[in-house]
Amino acid sequence: MSPEQLFEYLLRLGDNTLVLGHRVSEWCGHAPVLEEDIALANTALDLIGQTQMWLGYAGEVEGQGRSADDLAFLRDVWDFRNVLLTEQPNGDFGQTMMRQMLFDLWHDLTLESLSESSDPRVAEIAVKAAKEVRYHLERSSDTVIGLGDGTAESHGRMQAALDLLWPYIGEMFTPDAVDDAALQAGIGPDMVQIETRYRARLAELLGAATLSAPDAPFSQKGGKSGMRHSEHLGHMLTQMQWLQRAYPGATW
Amino acid sequence: MVTTAPDLNQIWAWLAEVPDPEIPVVSVVDLGIVRDVAQEGDTTIVTITPTYSGCPATSVIAMDIVRALEAKGLAKVETRQQLSPAWTTDWITEDARARLEEYGIAPPQPAGGPARCPRCASTDLERISQFGSTPCKAQWRCKSCLEPFDYFKCI
Repeated sequence: MSPEQLFEYLLRLGDNTLVLGHRVSEWCGHAPVLEEDIALANTALDLIGQTQMWLGYAGEVEGQGRSADDLAFLRDVWDFRNVLLTEQPNGDFGQTMMRQMLFDLWHDLTLESLSESSDPRVAEIAVKAAKEVRYHLERSSDTVIGLGDGTAESHGRMQAALDLLWPYIGEMFTPDAVDDAALQAGIGPDMVQIETRYRARLAELLGAATLSAPDAPFSQKGGKSGMRHSEHLGHMLTQMQWLQRAYPGATW
Repeated sequence: MVTTAPDLNQIWAWLAEVPDPEIPVVSVVDLGIVRDVAQEGDTTIVTITPTYSGCPATSVIAMDIVRALEAKGLAKVETRQQLSPAWTTDWITEDARARLEEYGIAPPQPAGGPARCPRCASTDLERISQFGSTPCKAQWRCKSCLEPFDYFKCI
């Protein structure tokens, strides 16, 4: 795996956690109840912490002197490598938790594999992050089951959230040249195996939540390659990056 | 100002007096955050590990360590971060667990929930939220004395 490819691979990991972390942080002060507000803020904090580790390493691999902050705040939409799922808007609380569960499940399986990575730095970050993500998954899957198998109102909202987000699942498993190089080098996991395990666990979870998987095989893509992000990412970056854009180099 | 190389045991003893910024009844050594102390030339290197990757207290802890050792007369102190092995609540000392409970925080348990209410010792408990006021805690409530309390999550 060339350093350029490793840089791309690390950007994907770090941009997923950065973009989802920022999205989840948008709930701070707005969640339905205080406990949920705190839980969402804590989840966001873990994801941003993981971003510092992934993007920090990405900057070192790139060797151009860019820090995690530089990568987070000074790149534009087309340079982001997160999957489209993570940049989708929060919607209602149910939609946020559905997005979280769909991501956490992938994140948990991926980090478990990355813990065995041939790149020791990737492995140590993955071991650290996996402990936090297991906890995120426990909460998001419990919430999806609780709301799916809840009232007619909550069930309807969770089914609508699943239908809306369904086309964004496939991108997480569609390997490209970067993923193939990572697999060859023993750095990254076999996405096909991850997908098989993901689909099995998801089916079980949706069953418990009394939700039905849509019969729609089409999947959106273009996020992790940077080819075609959704309109939502640009709007999010205007919020996330405005301070460094308005006051370049500002520090605490 | 210390002119000869300071004794490492002495430095560990000084670090054992540096409180955690969020939970001041336990020290950064009690929590297992300090992984190593070494002398490189005229610089004292303290290796620390973060509890949670996004914990805002991590940078405060690094600053507190440098400030505390400088106050003891060490001229050059540097902190280094180490990720592996990943921090675990297993590193929290027995003595610190007792102090956490006395302070009102139920210490971590392998079973994944508090053993008893830190106030009245009842075992009739319920979880309010998997998360709490800091990344390392969850919120529980005692159904006997009806008081909510913090539980130190087991990771």
